Amino acid sequence: MTQVRINIDGHALDVPAGISVAAAIAQSQRPFRRSVSGHMRAPFCGMGICFECRVQIDGIAQQRSCMVSVRDGMQVVTDG
Amino acid sequence: MKSYDLIIVGAGIIGTACADYASQQGLRVAIVEPGPIGGGATAAAMGHLVAMDDDPAELALANYSLGLWEDFTQVAQIEYNRCGTLWVASSDAEYAHIPEKIARLAAVGVQAELIDGEQLYRLEPALQRGLAGGMHVAREAVVYPPGMARHLLDRARARGALLYSQRVTAITQQGVQLDDQTSLAGSVLVATGCALPELLPQLPMRARKGHLVITDRYPGLIHHQLLELGYADSAHGDADSSVAFNVQPRPTGQILIGSSREYGSETSQVSMPMIQRMLERTFRYLPALRQLDALRIWTGFRPVSADGLPYLGRVPEHTNVWVAAGHEGLGITTSLGSARLVIDQWLGRAAAIDARPYDPARAVACV
Repeated sequence: MTQVRINIDGHALDVPAGISVAAAIAQSQRPFRRSVSGHMRAPFCGMGICFECRVQIDGIAQQRSCMVSVRDGMQVVTDG
Repeated sequence: MKSYDLIIVGAGIIGTACADYASQQGLRVAIVEPGPIGGGATAAAMGHLVAMDDDPAELALANYSLGLWEDFTQVAQIEYNRCGTLWVASSDAEYAHIPEKIARLAAVGVQAELIDGEQLYRLEPALQRGLAGGMHVAREAVVYPPGMARHLLDRARARGALLYSQRVTAITQQGVQLDDQTSLAGSVLVATGCALPELLPQLPMRARKGHLVITDRYPGLIHHQLLELGYADSAHGDADSSVAFNVQPRPTGQILIGSSREYGSETSQVSMPMIQRMLERTFRYLPALRQLDALRIWTGFRPVSADGLPYLGRVPEHTNVWVAAGHEGLGITTSLGSARLVIDQWLGRAAAIDARPYDPARAVACV
């Protein structure tokens, strides 16, 4: 299986090509985001509806990580 | 019949500002509003407190009002944020006109500074490269307008003003009649914005539709209320429809994107072609916004008088009917000064600024 290397909160991680960023974050054991009131949030629907899995990807904030596939060299920043 | 010194019709930001000041001056006040407080144009507005230098009367009223807003900077529910206004020049020609604008503002005491191309990108790194510079007005701010209407109403009620959640069906010899057949006696002040013709058909009023888009939270992307210097052409022009670059950082990190102006559209429905025009205009100045998520789009209607200046004063042919309406897109900024201008006239006092440009008689005469 082809692997790609992405970076999550400064940590390099090798993951299978084609998986979602949400799956990669879950694999990294990193948290996803905090709500406005500071509570930890994580993917709920996994299909782009609930907006709970939003992270920053390559400098653009508020992206739904379940809807984006990993790319080699991708920089991901969570609220963790 | 219940009797008041002043019956204010409409609890948008204009009506509530009038209620606040009138009650502060010791008047016995009733406010009649069947809908939510600040639920019309007030709720749809951007809430940018700004002085525009294009018309001397408008500038005088805005500047007077901006001074009065300084008493409200610490009220939590108003979300007052002194982010300043940065007017952006897209060409050398626009840039060349900035010193005249600075001089016109300085003449009434508003401090503005010329920003060269280099400073522009230090202030707002996300702006498109190649812009000529701009004009920075540091004192200006953004607020949450319905929060202000609620605050002004609460203050008036704490002084004894009474809120009637009915609709005024008619202005009578004594005062007003409500839709539950009760009547109130007293002087009447109509502050119903676009709905003015229902009660005062002799005063021309047109509704000018606007669209706004709000994004998800992207804190730190922009720092000032940003407008193109050509904004006044859109705001003061009489085109059937126009758009202008006008975006605002909300305290949440969300970005509020305007602006459109449109006559002839009666429904509040969102027009996607208009949104597209507005956003294409925005992306010319802030290309980074193209990648962001919008959460919500809404529309509102600006109340436009016969000549673009509000009607503030006594209605001709009536001894006891007054009006405060027709502020178009500047009603949030000019609400506090408008209230003083009307109420001071009602009290028989000299107003703090020349009230003649706003005299409703000018519009009745030309019908």
